Amino acid sequence: MNKTELAERLIRAASDRVATTPLTDDFPDLDVDTAYTIQDTVVEARRASGAVIVGAKLGLTSKAKQEQMNVDEPLYGWLSHDMHIDTGEPLVCDRFIQPRCEPEIAFLLGEDLSGPDVSAARVIAATQLVFPAIDVLDSRFAGYSFTLPDVVADNSSCAGFILGGQGSSPTNFDMRLTGCVFEKNGSLIATASGAAVLGHPATSVAWLVRKLAERGQGLTAGHIVLAGSMTEAVAVEPGDVVTARFDRLGTVEISCI
Amino acid sequence: MTSLDRQQAKNFADALYQARRTRTPIDPLTEHLPDLGMEDGYAVQQLLVERLVADGEVISGYKLGLTSAPMQRLLGVNQPDFSPVFASTVHEDGADIRVDAFIAPRVEAEIAVTLDADLSGPHCAAADVYQATRGLTAAIEIVDSRIRDWKITIADTVADLASNGAIALGSRVVPLDSLDPRLIGMVFTKNGDVVATGAGAAALGDPLAAVAWLANTLAPLGAHLPAGSVIMTGALHAMVPIQAGDTFRAEFDHLGPITLKVVGEEE
Repeated sequence: MNKTELAERLIRAASDRVATTPLTDDFPDLDVDTAYTIQDTVVEARRASGAVIVGAKLGLTSKAKQEQMNVDEPLYGWLSHDMHIDTGEPLVCDRFIQPRCEPEIAFLLGEDLSGPDVSAARVIAATQLVFPAIDVLDSRFAGYSFTLPDVVADNSSCAGFILGGQGSSPTNFDMRLTGCVFEKNGSLIATASGAAVLGHPATSVAWLVRKLAERGQGLTAGHIVLAGSMTEAVAVEPGDVVTARFDRLGTVEISCI
Repeated sequence: MTSLDRQQAKNFADALYQARRTRTPIDPLTEHLPDLGMEDGYAVQQLLVERLVADGEVISGYKLGLTSAPMQRLLGVNQPDFSPVFASTVHEDGADIRVDAFIAPRVEAEIAVTLDADLSGPHCAAADVYQATRGLTAAIEIVDSRIRDWKITIADTVADLASNGAIALGSRVVPLDSLDPRLIGMVFTKNGDVVATGAGAAALGDPLAAVAWLANTLAPLGAHLPAGSVIMTGALHAMVPIQAGDTFRAEFDHLGPITLKVVGEEE
């Protein structure tokens, strides 16, 4: 198994917008640790061609999704500057293979965060602002058909993200209870509260920091962390409008063209 | 609408009445008359309610059911359903709920709306409900089906008091003020584990719109919602089965928590 070749296969799939087959079809023994090494290779290669890492995102943060994938922990990927869709800008569907949107709470860090002992409380203390956010997923595997090592290697389907136009201090309210209403074209897709994300979105971010510590990595001030989806993902196509309304945090909306 | 005659409706109401008393489920009404629809269900419900009121039951409010698109799809309808709620079935926060008081009980967390003015259809809008609302309360509904194994069609559940078993209400009635009921988040735990989360919009898009729907639906029946009515506006998540020994807690942003303990026969 040549990790560099596998990383190149994923990078090519993204740049050509042509889905590939699961890596585990060819290498059934691919494990999650090796998959993160492939992810690192993908991210390094993108950095070498000019991408700037601006943060990270978590996935599989709900019990239902973990059970669906038969795993007992979340996963993460890295966000780069070219994935950021600014508020008011459209989601251009043909930049992606099979885009899907998820509502999330995003943490903008005011301090560096690293180490094996970081807790949710530490995350809240280190957070400058939280934003309502939409995570744009795009699996490089056809039909989102993958196993855990595949999706980890694929930078956890990271493809885009939108932050709402209002940032809030993470203090003085319990994010566990914060309501979220997710709509597509004005129709309700799902509702949730923050506890849908590993019990508390800050717990999710803390898990990420501890997980990164295992690989000698960490987060730095200015990083944005998407804590994990509150609901199931929704597929989007040109003409769709996706809206996530959060109590206390405000609204984030994206038009797809 | 089928040719359900008054005698058949009365027989169904009697069968449901006995099922409630003896806690013994009955076969779906639609097994006898497969074409029964929603209006037939309400005809039976009305006779059942009359009989319970004659027994001394007092209507303290209403419950709405089928307030989510998935539930409406499941039962092949495009509107919610409703039933009166009787004062004798209203429990307080922290109450013990006896599992043997029901047949096949399940629980769901909801936002309850308490009115402090009369509300009448047929032109009631969510904004009218806002004006007439004293406040919102954290609530749990215990749903139960007197129909065997929950094998319900829309006619069956409507006839069976919209599958209402009992309700539990928190003690706080929180004024609406600047709250947006659609966005109020809720975490539902069973024995400390999160089993569901949701927000108010799960109830027909807006709990206040759900109350407006009820007022408008009652109007042609010659009924209205009197001041003081408590309306259970619909589940914020999929219903959860219960067992003796379970503790359920629904914690709402802004409204606070409500807890129920499920106890068995010996306790």
